[in-house]
Order: sequence, then structure tokens, then C-alpha cells
Amino acid sequence: MAVSGGGPGFFTSRLSDGIAWARKWSLFPYPFVTACCGMEYMSVSSAHYDLDRFGAAWPRFTPRQADMLLVVGTISHKMAPVLRMVYEQMCDPKWVVAFGVCTCTGGFYDNYATVQGIDRIIPVDCYIPGCPPRPETVLDALMKLQAKIQKQRHGLTGPVRPAHTDSNA
Amino acid sequence: MDSPARSGPHTLTAMPEPTHDDPTIARLRAEFGDAVLETHAHRGDVTAVIRADRYRDAVRLLRDDPECDYDFLTDLAGWDRLKLRQTPRFEVVLHLYSLSRNARFRLKTRPEDNAEPVLDSIVDIYPAANWPEREVYDMFGIRFTGHPNLKRILMYEGFEGHPLRKDYPFNKRQPRVVEREIPDDRPGMIF
Amino acid sequence: MTVMDIPHSDIADWAVDTTLRSDTTLSTRAMLLNMGPSHPAMHGVIRIVLALDGERVEDADIEIGYLHRAFEKESETVGWGQVFPYTDRLNYVSPIINNVCYAMGVEKLLDIHPTERCEYIRVISSEVSRITDHLTCVAASAMELGAMTPFIYLMKAREYLYELIEELTGARLTISYVRIGGVKADFPPGWLERLDKALDLVLREMEDVDVLLTRNRIFIDRLKDVGVISKEDAWSLGFTGPLLRSTGMPRDLRKDEPYSIYDRLDFDVPVGTVGDNYDRYLVRMEEMRQSVRMIRQASRQIPGGPVQVDMSGRPLTGAQMVDAAKMGMTADLLLRTVRPDPTLDGADKKSAQAIRTADRRVSLPPKEDTYGNIEGLMNHFMLIMEGEGIKTPPGEIYIANEAPNGELGFYMVSDGSGRAYRVRCRPPCFYLMQGMDRMIIGDMIADVIATFGTVNMIAGELDR
Repeated sequence: MAVSGGGPGFFTSRLSDGIAWARKWSLFPYPFVTACCGMEYMSVSSAHYDLDRFGAAWPRFTPRQADMLLVVGTISHKMAPVLRMVYEQMCDPKWVVAFGVCTCTGGFYDNYATVQGIDRIIPVDCYIPGCPPRPETVLDALMKLQAKIQKQRHGLTGPVRPAHTDSNA
Repeated sequence: MDSPARSGPHTLTAMPEPTHDDPTIARLRAEFGDAVLETHAHRGDVTAVIRADRYRDAVRLLRDDPECDYDFLTDLAGWDRLKLRQTPRFEVVLHLYSLSRNARFRLKTRPEDNAEPVLDSIVDIYPAANWPEREVYDMFGIRFTGHPNLKRILMYEGFEGHPLRKDYPFNKRQPRVVEREIPDDRPGMIF
Repeated sequence: MTVMDIPHSDIADWAVDTTLRSDTTLSTRAMLLNMGPSHPAMHGVIRIVLALDGERVEDADIEIGYLHRAFEKESETVGWGQVFPYTDRLNYVSPIINNVCYAMGVEKLLDIHPTERCEYIRVISSEVSRITDHLTCVAASAMELGAMTPFIYLMKAREYLYELIEELTGARLTISYVRIGGVKADFPPGWLERLDKALDLVLREMEDVDVLLTRNRIFIDRLKDVGVISKEDAWSLGFTGPLLRSTGMPRDLRKDEPYSIYDRLDFDVPVGTVGDNYDRYLVRMEEMRQSVRMIRQASRQIPGGPVQVDMSGRPLTGAQMVDAAKMGMTADLLLRTVRPDPTLDGADKKSAQAIRTADRRVSLPPKEDTYGNIEGLMNHFMLIMEGEGIKTPPGEIYIANEAPNGELGFYMVSDGSGRAYRVRCRPPCFYLMQGMDRMIIGDMIADVIATFGTVNMIAGELDR
């Protein structure tokens, strides 16, 4: 029941909170692993720094079944169309996490082969710097992403309002 | 960023320790005479430079001759001598190893033409040369005649130029996906 | 595996017969399947286009280059000593070995040798790196076959080693530990004892995995007689490392052309018989045990003992020393001993003598000299500032050492300036992947995953 005046009503915002809670604790990552950061991803998802505590353990290696695109490792220009295609194949709601400084800004590979940050190709929700980031950094970033998901508006009928509205998304 | 070569034009073979009693060098000189342009053994690596037209024959000799018997191709690489102001500009370097003699050898050759460098392919002599020759073509533009599948290996179709050449700027990018404009303030960002 | 639109016209160039064929009852056509660059095997990015007859692979085209990060071009733009972070990211699961090989190459150009203790430190940390590489390979290839438990166990084992590496070098993965003429820092006190205990734990995890996998019916069925390559084919294609040894050829650079202090260590080289995936798995497991053996021997043989910081003189902390030097009170600095911050481990005089060559053309002077006298300061300045740096005499060399995947080589050309003119990395995986299509043709699709896992392709090294 929306209150007249356009803002979220009591029930819709409680519903949104509930759906957000469910979504943030059951993320299905698509680990788009390319490079060294993949080793830290393997450490994060293993027993020592457990990703399963956050509900995000089971990777889905198909974009159709995943909702979090975890871009792990350097993206070269040869790989860029592949990343774009995988992003477009994912359904809403989806979140993108740039894991490692190569995906944030290109890292120290300022050369002819490397994309200087994946946000030049796809919109990104969370940036994890580090070369490679420590597993604790990754878990911290996951918690920040969860906080972000909680603050977004989720609904039963419409898709979630995307966090980044631009015409290229 | 680019400082000129400090020591001026020089040849890399103006180095100590030439070895003329090495059996491989002796065989090469006996067989090819003055097609063997330079030899040296800097830091113990025995090296010979052969003229491009006898390159294939030299490689075949090095593999088949029992005194040489180099049966393993360790590496095939190229490099660009533009900054050293040497001609011919490109040089292709082979590193060979002999299992029976436990010896290594380096053979170098220089394609004559600087604008359209061409060399013979040695894939039928050493099958291990398949991908390295593709890489030298990709990075330097040296074509290998007789190669079964000479196309780019590390860069993508549509990339123009040969990146490891000294006149290709190190950060000249050729993006394949149209890059988006990154908005400065994005709704939904909470940190 | 995602089936993707293949954008190029390479297919038309193939000599694969895709016309309709008919025998008496059924007409068939080869199917093209793209194992695209983004696929579940966590080893890296590569694209394999398969021509299939049902489940059987008839032809394969392997496309690499998706992680080309221009290592060779970048190393021409920075000084010799600044290339170490780039070498870390070549074979990123065993970064110390890449660092050591590169450092050995520049040392060969300069014709200098590190100290004996430094050689032992390099060998011990290289073998630890080799163990982490083989652990990752076995874990990932087991996981791809569906065995999740060995993955978790071996990742746990790898964590024990990562913690130690972090204590030693400051980072878990991309460590930039080795320097030209030495290493960055000596072993922290008690590190070798902790390493010994950690190796016991690692061996225990490996035994658990051995029990789970080595005589497991499913594992053997998946790996035995799959991905076979003959000794002659492997040798002619440029294979080195565990893949060559699994075919029966006992070639190991540490035995055949010993470098560093490997000639003082007693170890065996495991050799397979058939050249299939199962042999490669066994070779890797045994190599890990041999690495543990080597580490234990080297720990007993290492000269110099634990580094003793002399506290009997009036010790200063690093901050106090710097403050004194800035204010010009340098008169008695050379007489004092300094306790630098842990991040500057290895920069004080005592440890620098043990772990770095005294050659002033390459090694940074210890901090007592940098702050205490003008020669040290100038030496430091000349090595660090832009346009200066480590000047190698003009020449070219090739250096190789035994990386976990095979012979890692560097061909370096120097023009006499402080920068590399050309650094060519000879990646072991490049030659392995060249022969990969021979290993998978004739097998089924599912075997492609098994073979690919045991080949241990690391894209950082393959594409550079």
C-alpha cells in the first residue's frame, strides 16, 4: 500500500527490507577468474576464510543462474567483449564486484593490452583494491555490498531499482 | 622516458671470450663459411649469427649432425634492434639444447628487409617452433614462410601494429568494446 | 561451458570435414563446441574450440592471449630492479621461483654472485613456492573432477605455507622478495622451526588426500590412460617439467644443470611411465615430498645461523637514527647498531652482510651507511633515482631454472643503460599448451577437463 505522495509505504518498505535480507544472504557469485586474484578467491572460499558464512559459497558458473558477477583479475582488451557479454547475459537483480586493483583501475598494467578498470565496460557496485586483496578485505567488501543491497529498494512485482542508472548499463 | 642508448652504437658481439674451439662453431664454420657472421660466448653462452638465407640449412645441420645433435628447441624469440641503431633491424634468436651432450647453443639470424621482414619457418624441423613463430609474427611482424597457421596468438584480430616493436608506444590501447562514460555521482552509493 | 557465437572466420580455415556424412543408417556431422574463455576451471582464461563427433574430440583449436598483460614491454620501461613485481605475476602460484630466475639472469649479466646464505634462503623459499604450486594444481584438478574435499584440505595446507611466506616477505601471493644480488630480508627468528612444523601439517593433509584420491576407483578411471602423450612427442614439442617427466624422461634442471646450491642437496626426481594424467598427478605428489626433503636438508646446512642483532652497543631504533641523521648528528652513527622497523627487515648492516652481495653496483647500502655517511647516501641515490639504477654491461644471456611447470627461462639483452633492452620470458606452459591438442584429440569432452587440470596451465605465465 503506497502512501499518496509517492514515497514508500510501511508495508512496501518492510517487504523491501525482507527481500533485501534474503537476497544479501544468498548471493550466487559468478567468479569471472582470470589472474592472480583467483588464488585469493580460492583462499577466501576455502575453510580458513570462509565465504560460506555469508551464504555466498556456491559459485554458479553460468550467468543465467548467478546474481553477483565477481570479476577477479586483470581484464585485457581481448577479454573485454567476453566480460560485456557475460554481464549482459545475467538477469536482474545483479551486482558487480571489481576484485583486485587491476579491475578497479587497471593496476600497474598501464599498457596497450589492459583495460584500465572494468567500470569502463560495465557498471560496478563494489571495488576491492589490493594486489591481490587479502581475504579479510574481500570479506569486508562483501559486507559492504550486503549493506548496499539492504539499502536498495526491492519489490515483488518490479525489478529492483538498479544502483547505477545510465544508458550504457 | 626514452633515454638514448648510453654507449652509442655498438655490436653486442664486441664482448670478451670468443670460443673458436667449440665443436658446434667449428662445424658451422666448416659448413657455411662466411655465412656465419658473428660468434661469441658471453658469460658462457655459445652463440653464432647466421645469414638469413642459410638459416634453415643451419638449423637442419644443428639437429642432424652427430657432433651437434641439438634435439630440443628451448625457445624461439625475436627482438628489435632499432634503438641500438643496428641493421638489419630484427633478429630472431633460437635456443637449442642437446640431450646427449648436455650442451646449449644459441643461433641468431636477421631477416634482411626491415620493412617487411621474412624468414623461413622451421616448424617441420622442430615442431616446438609452431607457437613461438606465431608469437614473433604477432609481436614483431616477421613473417615465416611455410608456417601452417601464421596468425596472431596473443593479440586479437583487428589489432593494428606489432606491439613489441620499439616504435610502438607502450600504452597505445586499441579498445574492442566501446567504453562507457563513468558518471561522477551514482545513486545508490553509500560509501 | 558457454556456447558462444564465434566471431571470427577461423572456422572456415580449418581442415575439419563438417559436411554431412552418411553410413548405412545414420548421417552425422561434426559439432563445434566452444569452451569459452570464461569457464569453470579455475586455472585461467583460455579458449578451446572443439570439433566433436558425439562426445569424442576430433579436432581442437586452442586460443590464448586473454591475459596478455605486456610483461615484456613493461620491463623495457622500468629499471632492472623494478621488474620484480611483474615477474611475481607470471606464474602467480609460485612467485618466488620467477623472482629467483630473473635475479639469476641479471646477476649473470653482471657476473656477480649472491652470498651463500642467500642462496640457501632462495632455495628454501623456492621449494616452499613449488609446494604451493603443486598443492594448487592437485586441488584444482581434483575439484574439477568433482572431488571437493581434497580441494578444501589442500587449501588448508596451502594456508599454513602462506602464513609463513607472509611472515618472511610481507605478502601472501605477490611477494617481490628477491633482489638483484640478494633477497629482501633474512628469515625471521624461529621461522625455520615454524616451517618444519608447518611442513609436518602439510604432509599430513597430503596423506589425507592421498588416501582419498590415489586408489579411488573413480579418480583412476577419470585419469588413467587419458591425455596420453609419448616421450618422443613431448620432447619434440618442447615439453619440460612434470609433464615431460611423466612420459618417462628424467629431465630436471636441478639435477642436469644444477644451479645455486642444488648440487649439495640429495633428492630424487620422480618419473612416470605412461604419460597420462594419472602419472602427472603422482609425479606432482611425489615432487612435493621431495621438496619437503630438500627444505629440511637445506635448513640443516644453511650457514650463518640466525641473524644476531648486536644489542651490546647502544642500539637505536630506526626512527631515532633517522632523526639524528637529519639533524646532522652523524658523527657516531657508524658506531651504533640500529634496530630498524620490521618492514625494513634486512636493511641493517648485520643482516645485509648475510643476505646480499656487497657489490655496490647492485645492492642498496644498509641503513647505517645510508644515513651515516655521504658515500652510502650517494650509493643509495644512484641505485634508486630515475635515469640511474643498476647498470649492466652490454650483452645478452639466457638463464633457466626449474619452475614447477617446467623450464622457466629468461633471455635478456642489455644495452648498457639502467633498463632492460629486451626481456623475453620462456614460459613452460606455452610449450605445454602447444601440445595440448595432441593430448585431447581422441578423448571425450569430459577428459578435456581432466587433462587441462593436470597440465597446470597458468595464464599469467602463458600469456605474460
